Amino acid sequence: MTAPLVQIDDLHIAAETDSGRSFGIINGVSITVAPGEIEALIGESGSGKTTIALGLLGHFRTGCHFVSGRMVVNGKDMARLSEAERAALRGRSVSYVAQSAAAAFNPSLRIIDQVIEIALIHHTLDRAAARARAVELFRDLGLPSPETIGDRYPHQVSGGQLQRLAAAMAVIGDPMLVIFDEPTTALDVTTQIGVLRAFKRLMRDKGMTGIYVSHDLAVVAQIADRITVLKNGEVQEQGTTAEILTNAQHPYTRDLLAAFAPRPRARPAAVAPQEQTIVLEGRNILSGYGKGKGFIPAVRDVSFRLPRGASLGVIGESGCGKSTLARTLAGLLPASDGQVILSGAPLPAEARARSKEELRRLQIVFQLADTALNPATQIGDILGRPLTFFHGMRGRKRADRVAELLDMVRLPRDFAQRYPTELSGGQKQRVNFARALAAEPEVILCDEITSALDTVVAAAVLDLLAELQRELGLSYLFISHDISTVRAFCDEVMVMYAGEAVDRFAPAQMDAPERHPYTRLLVSSLPQLDPGWLDSLPEVLERGV
Amino acid sequence: MHSLAVKLILQRIAISLLTLLFVSVAVFLITGLLPSDLAEDLLGQAVTPEAAAALRETLGLDGSPLQRYVSWMTGFLQGDLGMSLVSQRPIADLIRERLPNSVTLAAITMALTIPFALSLGILAAVYRGSWFDRAASAMAVLLISIPEFVIATVTVIIFAVWLRWLPALSFSPDADSIWEVLRAYAMPVGVLVLSSCSQMIRLSRAAVIDTLKTSYIENATLKGARRWRLVFRHALPNAVAPIVNSIALSMSSLLGGVIIIETIFNYPGLAKLMVDAVTSRDMPLIQTCAMLFTGFYLILITAADIIAILSNPRLTDR
Repeated sequence: MTAPLVQIDDLHIAAETDSGRSFGIINGVSITVAPGEIEALIGESGSGKTTIALGLLGHFRTGCHFVSGRMVVNGKDMARLSEAERAALRGRSVSYVAQSAAAAFNPSLRIIDQVIEIALIHHTLDRAAARARAVELFRDLGLPSPETIGDRYPHQVSGGQLQRLAAAMAVIGDPMLVIFDEPTTALDVTTQIGVLRAFKRLMRDKGMTGIYVSHDLAVVAQIADRITVLKNGEVQEQGTTAEILTNAQHPYTRDLLAAFAPRPRARPAAVAPQEQTIVLEGRNILSGYGKGKGFIPAVRDVSFRLPRGASLGVIGESGCGKSTLARTLAGLLPASDGQVILSGAPLPAEARARSKEELRRLQIVFQLADTALNPATQIGDILGRPLTFFHGMRGRKRADRVAELLDMVRLPRDFAQRYPTELSGGQKQRVNFARALAAEPEVILCDEITSALDTVVAAAVLDLLAELQRELGLSYLFISHDISTVRAFCDEVMVMYAGEAVDRFAPAQMDAPERHPYTRLLVSSLPQLDPGWLDSLPEVLERGV
Repeated sequence: MHSLAVKLILQRIAISLLTLLFVSVAVFLITGLLPSDLAEDLLGQAVTPEAAAALRETLGLDGSPLQRYVSWMTGFLQGDLGMSLVSQRPIADLIRERLPNSVTLAAITMALTIPFALSLGILAAVYRGSWFDRAASAMAVLLISIPEFVIATVTVIIFAVWLRWLPALSFSPDADSIWEVLRAYAMPVGVLVLSSCSQMIRLSRAAVIDTLKTSYIENATLKGARRWRLVFRHALPNAVAPIVNSIALSMSSLLGGVIIIETIFNYPGLAKLMVDAVTSRDMPLIQTCAMLFTGFYLILITAADIIAILSNPRLTDR
């Protein structure tokens, strides 16, 4: 057996809170990776997977520090080198592909200058040779016009292309070890396939050793030889990909596997269509950005009917117009044409022109609770403001209602005195949702509200939504890019593509042969736990990304 | 260049011209509010209502404010700045005499302030939290809180009165040796540099710190880039917009500083000319000076905006 390329022994890394208290975020992790193997680190946010990955480059983010253990890469303990020695190894021994290539590329430098930078910093190639090498890599990674794509700026290429360019940037110095940190998480499923394929081919052809950090077991199943499951900075289980997928021993691994395939929730017996009252209806909605000749429609001629107490799922990839639809319904972006009808009465296109009562009955919840909640305001005030605005509540009565709302979303009552920054992502999203509930709405527009959450946390938020729907008779327009969530949660699904509603069906009919080709593409792009899934896909699935 | 960038730049220029027009109205109205009447002042003891009215007519002070504004503005646009009411000389001549002095003062100050303040700001950002950063930040806060006239007066007391190293009145046109010129400029320039550098130090430090926190800087670190490469190659190109803006802001506050400094050191520049014009109620001269100062200010701000637009590849390269 060859000597391992990466050897992490009993690693401890600690973080410091603002108050100066130190606590362990990596607690005794050991991982060994043989040359040529791809090891996956799986876990939720906060599991320490990125901390370990960055540690292998000798990099600890502000507030984190190395405590004890060894992180040996190719015979050098990265944690114990000087900054100059680390810099000399970065990009040559170990290199890094970040989660968001959009953030990892410097917006004011041309792509090629950033891609060949490693070669120039370490003097491995001269500029012309590095450029030639980069073009070769672009070609290997299936990028369009490999000769010239590097001369563009990062904002001039698509997300999927940028992610491939980031991989080229990482491997230009022929590193022994490449660390991929959730490199496809920010991509649409249909884009993800092509990128995954390109990465897999590159790693295989070059015989590179890799560490692939992800929260997505199905993605990892396609690319990794071995898997390490992490939680709270501790190893839960380690094994080959096949062992983990088919014979998981640890309960946490089983939870992860179970969360991958959400059970359809139990629904009350379907109400016969003639008894359904339609609470929200969209008729031929046209809306978009720009004025006059510069008008670019983002939603074209979309119609839908949402029955009371039901959930309508809207899916599609980024840019398909699903969020614009929500903003149009809420009146934040007035429709250019078409009608929004709430309980039989047409609503004015602009939120400003709607009455308080109309506003109250139709609420919207945004994807990022972080930006939707005012960081300088206590939770009690965040929830109290709509109570005063819509229901004129003040003082004791308002405080009591805030407590009730916190109960409803399963948060402790004393959260009323906390600030948003003191809450976790899932808790913030609950507050975000409770704020919509405070208005006592009939319809809630949920715009990707679980997308930023970990699988297990998202599942809990969805359970809560379902429960509140049963108790309060709420109707949801549920926007998501995640087909499996929509399938499990909604009563009807509408698929949007390029601003149009191209398909609608009951969740059970998702795999039916009469589905629109784009729906079929979305469904077949969804990664499966089967390690052979990616290789078994026909090449035609790949679209120009 | 992309048409969006061109459009944005044209917009900025149009906005500046509009601002200038607006300021001309404001200046005209405000000078009209100044108490006392120039005609009566000029006539002094000999004033009679008829004589005053006749003089007003010759000076062009009769007629409605609107008429006077229109005739002043048309003259101004044709390059005819009018006559000074007090010295009876063409305003253009007065400006021509004084402007080079002020420009020299401002140019020397800028040439010293920009490199000084930017290097302090960038160094403070790179060595964030170090004693150097703390000292530079503390100095910037200290300087920003002391008004120019206090710094100027204190330096005069120290260097001209106590130590007698430098002349208190800083401009002697007959200064023939370089040494004399240096001595004459030392105090006004020194005070202006001190009073205009603090804003720039603080803003450039903040701009560089913000960029150093971004993911692309972390990514460049993970490519093996060392500190100075990170700062000069990766951070600074993205900090150009805020830095250029901080320069423009500091330089425009320099204009205000020049007024005080020229008065205190009795330096025969444009600002001194304007202050004297206010004292003597020389309306056309006040108006012209105010327009010139506004013009300089707008040129600085607009130039900063244009550089910011040009430095952003999202706007220039599509």
